[in-house]
Amino acid sequence: MSTRLANEGRLLNKGKALSFTFNGKNLRGYEGDTLASALLANDQMLMGRSFKYHRPRSVVASGAEEPNGLVNMGKGGRFEPNQRVTTTELFEGLIAASQNHWPSLEFDVGAINTHLSRFLPAGFYYKMFIHPRPLWKHVYEPFIRQSAGLGKAPKDRDADSYEHFHCHVDVLIVGGGIAGLAAAVAAGERGARVMLLEQTAHWGGRAVVDGAVIDGLPAEEWVEKTLQALEKMENVSLRSRCMGAGVYDHGYALAYERLTDHAPDTNSLRHRLWRIRAKQIVTATGAIERPLSFAGNDVPGVMLAAAVRDYVVNYGVSVGDRTVVVTNNDDAYRTAITLLEAGLAVPVIIDARTQAAGPLIDQARALGIRVETGKAIAKVKGGKRVTGVAICAQAGEGSVLEEVACDCVAMSGGWSPVVHLWSHCGGKLMWDADQVMFRPDPEKPPTGDKGQPFVSTAGIANGHLFTAEVVGDGWAAGRAAAKAAGHMKKGAQAPLGEDQEEGPISPVWLMPQGANYALRSKAWLDFQNDVKVSDVQLAAQEGFESVEHAKRYTTLGMATDQGKLSNINGLAVLAQSLNADIPNVGTTTFRPPYTPISLGAIGGAAANDLFQPVRKTPISDWSNDNGADNEPVGHWRRPYAYVRDGESVEDAVHREVRNTRENLGLLDASTLGKLIVKGPDAGKFLDMMYTNMMSTLPVGKCRYGLMCSENGFLMDDGVVARMSEDTWLCHTTTGGAEHIHAHMEDWLQCEWWDWQVYVANVTEQYAQIAVVGPNARKLLEKLGGMDVSAEVLPFMQWREGQIGGFDARVFRISFSGELSYEIAVPAGQGAAFWTTLMEAGEEFGIMPYGTETLHILRAEKGFIMIGDETDGTVIPQDLNLGWALSKKKEDYLGKRAHLRSHMADPHRWKLVGLETLDGSVLPDGAYAIADGTNENGQVNTQGRVTSTYYSANLERGIAMGLVRNGPDRMGEVIEFNKVDGTTVKAKIVDPVVYDKEGAKQNV
Amino acid sequence: MSDAVSALQGRVATGDVTIADAGLQGMITLRCDLSAKSLKAACKTMGLAIPERGQISRSGDKALCWMSPDELLMLVPYADVAGSLASVEQGMKGQHYLAENVSDARALIHIDGPFARDVIAKLAPVDLHPDSFKPGMVRRTHLGQIAAAFWMRDDGAFELICFRSVAAYAFDLLAASAKAGPVSDVRAS
Repeated sequence: MSTRLANEGRLLNKGKALSFTFNGKNLRGYEGDTLASALLANDQMLMGRSFKYHRPRSVVASGAEEPNGLVNMGKGGRFEPNQRVTTTELFEGLIAASQNHWPSLEFDVGAINTHLSRFLPAGFYYKMFIHPRPLWKHVYEPFIRQSAGLGKAPKDRDADSYEHFHCHVDVLIVGGGIAGLAAAVAAGERGARVMLLEQTAHWGGRAVVDGAVIDGLPAEEWVEKTLQALEKMENVSLRSRCMGAGVYDHGYALAYERLTDHAPDTNSLRHRLWRIRAKQIVTATGAIERPLSFAGNDVPGVMLAAAVRDYVVNYGVSVGDRTVVVTNNDDAYRTAITLLEAGLAVPVIIDARTQAAGPLIDQARALGIRVETGKAIAKVKGGKRVTGVAICAQAGEGSVLEEVACDCVAMSGGWSPVVHLWSHCGGKLMWDADQVMFRPDPEKPPTGDKGQPFVSTAGIANGHLFTAEVVGDGWAAGRAAAKAAGHMKKGAQAPLGEDQEEGPISPVWLMPQGANYALRSKAWLDFQNDVKVSDVQLAAQEGFESVEHAKRYTTLGMATDQGKLSNINGLAVLAQSLNADIPNVGTTTFRPPYTPISLGAIGGAAANDLFQPVRKTPISDWSNDNGADNEPVGHWRRPYAYVRDGESVEDAVHREVRNTRENLGLLDASTLGKLIVKGPDAGKFLDMMYTNMMSTLPVGKCRYGLMCSENGFLMDDGVVARMSEDTWLCHTTTGGAEHIHAHMEDWLQCEWWDWQVYVANVTEQYAQIAVVGPNARKLLEKLGGMDVSAEVLPFMQWREGQIGGFDARVFRISFSGELSYEIAVPAGQGAAFWTTLMEAGEEFGIMPYGTETLHILRAEKGFIMIGDETDGTVIPQDLNLGWALSKKKEDYLGKRAHLRSHMADPHRWKLVGLETLDGSVLPDGAYAIADGTNENGQVNTQGRVTSTYYSANLERGIAMGLVRNGPDRMGEVIEFNKVDGTTVKAKIVDPVVYDKEGAKQNV
Repeated sequence: MSDAVSALQGRVATGDVTIADAGLQGMITLRCDLSAKSLKAACKTMGLAIPERGQISRSGDKALCWMSPDELLMLVPYADVAGSLASVEQGMKGQHYLAENVSDARALIHIDGPFARDVIAKLAPVDLHPDSFKPGMVRRTHLGQIAAAFWMRDDGAFELICFRSVAAYAFDLLAASAKAGPVSDVRAS
């Protein structure tokens, strides 16, 4: 059984016990424990079930690479699935529950899959469920969904808060082990602004566990001394519990700081996402130990050798009383020695190498440990727990020589440098055959804007396994990075590490090397996704020769641990199956983040009310106080209608429509874009921007204009007013304000950079209010200040002056067909002006109206709306707006495109009015059906509805649409489809269904 | 004429770092050739020097912010905008330029307190380290999801402008950032 040792545990505060629950069971641990060590201390080996075969699983590692120990944590607003037990610090009251089992962790029905594994090989789903097609959607997928999935999805709103922080540094060092610390001192002494990140709560990495010696000091003391020196450097910032998550172009890096995961239920921030710009990045990210592939290597109790050591040294936890060590290198002997020194038994060290010699081996032998060279594990005995191992010759096929009882197996297949951050932005790797590892190729680093390297790597991450090399390399990398960032101050000497000599590692990718199928199909590569040696071999056999294809076919490395333990072993097996060299097979792509980071951290402050900016006009507050039922228009919220007590939204729209036609309506039009275009070449420029002529517009007058993209498609429309000899004011649609401004700047900066034109977006400088209806003039005359008579201010003209004491620009323009004035006042007075109009207008029956009424009024007049009648495929000719395409101008944007054969096709769908025979409202977007079917068997179409409303004025549905040869088919009845499968008949009519002569607006 | 109101109408969020509506501020956007002698002269009559790239030049209650290679933002008291526009017009006569009153199109927010730098650095991708960002500098950037510009006063407080329509978002975002506290330099644990 796994238990707590009396005298070990350097990270524990045994003075502070903590209670927590696992699957409802009350357990106890100490401050300093991880959830993994605390569970092991309570003999809770079984922590979850595997993904595909539901095999019992326990932790295999002690750090970020852990594939098995994932739990559901917390409850309510703090519930989160897939929390890794090895990186979860224990806290009082922690609640954890195992995942992926039913009905219970101890007894799981899905475990039957393991007996069916012969029938669930790699690619099983692809092969099995591809035919017949409909079964996938209706039978297979729902069934598989039920059995798949690791954690539960949270149901409640996240109770925690998060933030981002931007910072710029000269040198970012990722990894707070001895290499990172040495690098930080070296870079700091040179005078660089340095940031050093450590993903755990503790500095020093493996060296402090393995008893390295630096500058004559035990690593623990050297780390403490170095930290003190760094804390004194004002230019160095240290952050623990902060993981370097990703490296991106131009020295951009993301770091994930877990502020209160170890002490939740507080009001402080949970996670912070650091958005870092670094001139140089040093990755000192250490290495991950590789498992060995032998049958039953996933049985709870089989662990990485270094993890077994970590649990003893750091947490005072023994995984078992009797531990068999199995290895292909010297490092694992440290585990055996550590266990012996802790008073535990190591019945045998199984060394796959035929020869093993060196100080560590001598030490182990001197302690009386039996060492068996050239041997392998044939299979692990036990189901939910290791009970023993069967030993065989590594060179053979697995004939058992003897069985040894044990309750823990410590395995080591060598070390793989953590090259993830080096590789994120293009750093290349090389294969080191002597050390059996991929390591960064210093000749091919990630490069910046000038081709300069901006990532370097140090220590074990750089392929240096020995203390002396590690600290020396870290020191040199820190110095070089500081220098590359422009900091050259002199510093002290590099630290000196001391090492014991170690013998060479021998590559072992399968144990025993000739293992038969039965053994191979129980030798796990990817614990989380249940991928075995036999699966990768099958993939190779079936032609998935590329490592990327084999990965996707087998799902090797595709789980939440992204193959930290499995990738190298998997690709080595693939290489052997293909009879290729490992470097020729290559690795899969390393992508950020290094380990999963919370969605909360990615969102930062953008949650709840701050999720998205909501734009407000000066009148928005009044509208919201007066019944506005808002609709989103971009980031604006515009009143759709102003709903009164007892009214439905629909009622309100009908009332507003009628009142505006009969009395007086008020519209907040402030969101419409307003662009000032000024300069000696402004007229020439606008003649290019608009399809019609703007240069000839007299000062004081307005003209409706159309804008096409280069490809001839209608992109915006609006009224242009000439303000002075060299200045125009262009109104755009609400959605066009920013992008038409950008469009103009684009052409001015990139094409016509020598034209003298300046553009300014003054949209928000003004509150713009439309005063609309037969009583509009009466209201303005009552307020007084300027002459708004038909004689002085005729249709399509504008004047500047005062209205009721407000400085105002009054545009006599109409989007409703009514007598209408659009009045712009400074935004700071917008609300006051609106209230003044509302109060003074009472006697004239004034009512505010919303966007739906705006739409209905314009549709009754056959006016088009960008986004309704246009969708990026519509040209002005389609909308019968040929009159706005200047014949006089030599050129304008879109002119050339209109000559293309398809644009000039006389049979394009064109705008018409549509009147249903039964008076009903046509469904929006409905298609007009035509005879016959197309090559896909779909009904042919001959048009579609672009705008459709109920008109309270006409007391029936009105609509506009684009119909093939539409204007030539007036009076013809066509059919439109409805979602219920029936059709509705509509007559093709003139789009203008109200006041065709324009008598109402021209008064 | 009614009294103009600022978008935030005097809102204040008090704390270690206080976020406050700065009220009405005259602002003129000025686009022209920044090396033009006439511009230099026109600004000189108002006591202002043309700022260097990324800088703000101040004189009493007026200032000029560098916004782009051909754009300045002139800050004057709200009541002086018309007069200042007339001075610019006078000085730039015959030149190609654009000067528009944008006082009402913007909101001005003060951020004042010991960790004001942190409050902004949580929201804007700008190097706000004391060695890098100093009084007299102006940065046109973004704040959360909106466009913004800010500069630092000699007393260490920040002044930030954004569009009027998103003033409430900017204020709430800054207030939340201030409330969450400083990003302390947590050392070894």
